[in-house]
Amino acid sequence: MDDIPPYPPIDPTTFDLIVIGTGLPESIIAAASSTASKSVLHLDPNPFYGSHFSSLPLADLPSFLSSHSTSPSPPRSPSSDDPNEFSLLEFATRPLYSSIDISTFSPNLLDQHSRKFNLDVAGPRVFFCADKSIELLLRTGTNQYMEFKSVDATFVGDNKGNLWSVPDSRAAIFKDKSLGLVEKNKLMRFFKLVQGHLAGEQDIKISEEDLQSPFVDFLNKMGLPPKIKSFILYAIAMADYDQEDTGVCRDLLKTKDGIDQLALYNASIGRFQNASGAFLYPIYGQGELSQAFCRRAAVKGCLYVLRMLVTALLVDKDTGCYKGVRLASGQDIFSQKLILDPTFKVTLPSGSSPPLPLKEKLPFFSLKDDKGKIARGICITKTSLKPDISNFLVVYPPRSLFPEQVTSIRLLQIASNLAVCLPGMFVLYISALCNDDDQGKKLIHAVMNTLLTVPLDSESNAAVQSETAENGSAVQDETSESSSGGPSDSGEEKPTLLWSALYSQELTLGQVDFICSTPMPDGKLNYNDLIDTTFKIFQEIYPGEEFFPETSLENPEGDGDASPET
Amino acid sequence: MHGRPRKAPKPEDEAASSAKAQKLRALQTQFFSFHHNKIYTKEAVELSAKLLEINPESYTAWNYRKLAVEHYLNLPDCNPDSIKSVLDDELRVVENALRQNFKSYGAWHHRKWVLSKGHSLIDNELRLLDKFQKADSRNFHAWNYRRFVAESMKRSEQDELKYTEDMIYANFSNYSAWHNRSVLLSALFDKKAEGFLLKEKVLPEEYEFIHQAIFTDPDDQSGWFYHLWLLDQTVTTDSPLLASSWPGHGSDVLLVGDRCYNGSAFSPFSALHSDSGSFPIVLYFNQPVRGVNSSTVTVECGFNKNEDLLWKPLSASNSQTARVWVAHLKVSSSDLHSTVEVSVGHTKGIISTRGFEYSHPSMLSFKVHVQPMERDSSQVSVAESISLREENFKVYGKQSEESIIDSFDQLIIKNGHETTASNWRFEALAKEIECFRELLSLVDCKIGKLTLARLLKAYDAMSYPFANKLVHSEEVLELYSDLMKLDRTHYQFYKDERSIVLLQKVTSSKGSLLQHCFQYKDSVSSAICGPICLRLNNLSLSRMGAFEKLLWVQMLDLSHNELQSIEGLEAMQLLSCLSLRNNKLRSLTALEPLRKLKLLRILDISYNQIGDHSIDTTRYVCSSPLSHSVGSELNRDETVTSDVALINNWEAFYIFKDFNLNQLDIVGNTIADEKFKSVLVKIMPKLKQLDGKLLD
Repeated sequence: MDDIPPYPPIDPTTFDLIVIGTGLPESIIAAASSTASKSVLHLDPNPFYGSHFSSLPLADLPSFLSSHSTSPSPPRSPSSDDPNEFSLLEFATRPLYSSIDISTFSPNLLDQHSRKFNLDVAGPRVFFCADKSIELLLRTGTNQYMEFKSVDATFVGDNKGNLWSVPDSRAAIFKDKSLGLVEKNKLMRFFKLVQGHLAGEQDIKISEEDLQSPFVDFLNKMGLPPKIKSFILYAIAMADYDQEDTGVCRDLLKTKDGIDQLALYNASIGRFQNASGAFLYPIYGQGELSQAFCRRAAVKGCLYVLRMLVTALLVDKDTGCYKGVRLASGQDIFSQKLILDPTFKVTLPSGSSPPLPLKEKLPFFSLKDDKGKIARGICITKTSLKPDISNFLVVYPPRSLFPEQVTSIRLLQIASNLAVCLPGMFVLYISALCNDDDQGKKLIHAVMNTLLTVPLDSESNAAVQSETAENGSAVQDETSESSSGGPSDSGEEKPTLLWSALYSQELTLGQVDFICSTPMPDGKLNYNDLIDTTFKIFQEIYPGEEFFPETSLENPEGDGDASPET
Repeated sequence: MHGRPRKAPKPEDEAASSAKAQKLRALQTQFFSFHHNKIYTKEAVELSAKLLEINPESYTAWNYRKLAVEHYLNLPDCNPDSIKSVLDDELRVVENALRQNFKSYGAWHHRKWVLSKGHSLIDNELRLLDKFQKADSRNFHAWNYRRFVAESMKRSEQDELKYTEDMIYANFSNYSAWHNRSVLLSALFDKKAEGFLLKEKVLPEEYEFIHQAIFTDPDDQSGWFYHLWLLDQTVTTDSPLLASSWPGHGSDVLLVGDRCYNGSAFSPFSALHSDSGSFPIVLYFNQPVRGVNSSTVTVECGFNKNEDLLWKPLSASNSQTARVWVAHLKVSSSDLHSTVEVSVGHTKGIISTRGFEYSHPSMLSFKVHVQPMERDSSQVSVAESISLREENFKVYGKQSEESIIDSFDQLIIKNGHETTASNWRFEALAKEIECFRELLSLVDCKIGKLTLARLLKAYDAMSYPFANKLVHSEEVLELYSDLMKLDRTHYQFYKDERSIVLLQKVTSSKGSLLQHCFQYKDSVSSAICGPICLRLNNLSLSRMGAFEKLLWVQMLDLSHNELQSIEGLEAMQLLSCLSLRNNKLRSLTALEPLRKLKLLRILDISYNQIGDHSIDTTRYVCSSPLSHSVGSELNRDETVTSDVALINNWEAFYIFKDFNLNQLDIVGNTIADEKFKSVLVKIMPKLKQLDGKLLD
């Protein structure tokens, strides 16, 4: 970033709101605030939109990850000409990624075409056709900046490499070859019960007591066999933690939440005519979403400056109140409010104590990382994990790969028809919640070893191989007699890995206070929780303003066709 | 389209619709003038297209276009190109009409007509259909047309079968797709196509397929219909079989004159009174057949080959297809003992409704003994009142049991040749029974219970002649009782089914049948009936059944039941005395089966509901006389046309005029007032006793 061309000074120098970072929460806030007629300056030190939510070319991804993996000391800003009325609090970047492990098995092929790749930093992620992000896109007309395609199916994987299709609809249950007749009946009756309950039918109401009890207990009460329970909990309700082990489960799903998830899933199937499954994925990758909201904000007058580093916070010497920021260019910009991307944290000036009023605020400056981590993996292959189908989701429920696996591992395969890779190639996104980097690596490797052939001729291959040994030989032995359409029984070779990137990401929550900080990408499959948090942040900074009021919809094309192209 | 709620029209819609009507009226007037004047100019034809685009239901316009096409095709300068362009125009008009109304009979029919001209590419049709069938996958017009197209382009049944499979996978609530599947499979079975030679190989896979639908959503009825078809395919043997006969094979028949039965060693199952010296031979097949005549069934009595024997079908309708056939054989009075041999099906020609040939020739032989009439006693024969009252019966004596047991087995024909070939049928049924027991253990569903009842009934029926016991009859009865409680709307249907099962159970073994056999008073005093009265009273029967086992019955007590119909009773050709007292018969037309019982002398229909309802709502269960020959019969009969009272009671005339009744009880019916009784006496001059009163 040394060759940043000198920017002309930003004019005006005072705004209602300054937003730093163009991740999804920041972009939505910028758009919402602009819509609410606030003057907004939106800055990003990166030369691209999306920050931690971006989609990057193959060559740029490693450098982005590593630039956020250490905590470089920020460039000292000249402090001599500080205006007297301000204290300067310098920004420091927080290390958000760790244990970054990039392996290239086909260097020539990939290096030449690096720009043909759009790899999601925060994958795997999809839209449910009826979820909050789609509603928001439609309501704000932002969908006009994006195009979607359907993710065709969901599978549940096992440690033998089989992929079992998830019977998520009446037709799917009918067609499913792996379920027994009794299981089909039980599952369909459960779906009908849920639908009846949601439709408010009198005679099939689920009792309040059941709604407040753990979802897994309710499924047991309904007499659902383990296999179906697992489908519902992890592949439809998308639970993260082992729901049957309260010792390790950090988010025990209540029946009420489980039913809400089923309702979302159900409403998603068939919502758009040309989307066969419940999920959508944007063409050119998930980074498009942040960018679309930025465009939406720009239309409403938000000012954008990329490649602009911010070095310090300006606070009032007397009151300790936030006043503005100092840019790397040396210019000071002032605003009422500030939204920070989670990359930044504020450090106290060394050797000097902050003014008294500021001291009281200090506990809020440092963000706590108590939410654990998420391990992510990106793999590129030349063949699909499943013949005849290119875009799909795979869920490995807890304990499905090895006994100590306490979280769900999710994998999303996206093909070149979504313009994320070279034609004929496939990108696999894998993620799992974990306590530490080692645990995370083990989870991602377990999936990779089950589904992929990892070539031996790479410098970082040793790590993968040693994991294999740890996970036991069962994973390697592909002698399954199972009748599913999994790769093992079709006698086909497992896809060969061309490139992979493994990393752990901190899970920071958004912070709402003196300065608002946005959250990192969470461990969920969609953006629902992030949008909720973003909404809260917006309400905090502009309590009186409506979050994208209906009347703001003045774009005639914006009235609602989010359906994916055929 | 299915599952789309109707919306109430908005005011602006109504305005639009009246504007449309106005436009349509103008078009129509103009169209009719063209049509009447046979004007087929381009402009006129164009106008009809416009009309059809708005209203595809205008059948006259379609016909006009057919005439116009014929007109063009007959022009002298007509060449292949111009023919093609004319017909292509037609296809385009139809397509536009179908877009307007997908369910227009006229439009679909017109399309077929155009294609039958043979100048259009049939391949396009399949593409069009795919589009339409995607929009509305269950539309039966499209499916109908699809069958036509598939046939025209000689598309293989296998390909079409695959198509139904795809449609079913997309949404299995599709009656049309399941139906087409049954049509295609039937065709493949008939053709004996490769892979479809053996039903036992194909049907299990189909059962497997339909189970997926039934278990996934037992409330969806489309699958059940297909299952019913499969069940029929499993149960019904292709070629018809002879189920029973009277007289039975190896039996002795005693023909007696008046009051001559003397309780000799002959089985009471086969002693028969006969005034005329003739007796009926009844053949009972397991399914309706046609082609029973003196060449397909030969009857040899002594040395006489009765080549002119007339076989009559016994069915409610007057069709030439029936399960039961009867012929009357006259035994020459000089031969006191003779042997009769009946050969069925040695010559081809007996064919089931499904077109299968009777292919298991069988032979019945029995002996006939004639006891000459005693003139004297017949002279003094005064009408003797027969009263089927409790006090007149005694339990059928033990002393006679032996002879009954011997005769009982002769009544039923065992078709041994079917057993080994039918093993797969047993297995398939057993598997289905297990499957539906499992379903019912999961959910309480009516149609599941009904299917289980049907399966068990079929299983019992298939194993019956060999097992000599209906193993599951108690369970079936319970299932139907359950259903009667669960599903009040179809109460009557379940009750009818239950009645038939109950009758099958009663007639299934000697022991159970004997409990219903009674001796009427002192048998010697009975001049008219055989000595045994079968009493099926007080069983709350709503329907009669098990006729194949009751062909021998001459005296039948069905009193105190809930019969609304006695359909099928015409099979009991030997009936001479019948009590239907205290039932729920609601009309005279319900008695139609009795017209075919030529030996019936005593009939008790007292205390029914005949005449309660001015409109005969039970007519659906009996064939309406109006649809048959009654009209012409009435007109020909001068006594009727000249008598107003008879014309007003044409139903009574129609039913009773052929009866040879001696004794009739009709009291306790709304219809039976004094005036009606006088009409009855007029219709039946031979009647000796009416409601217990001797007639002059």
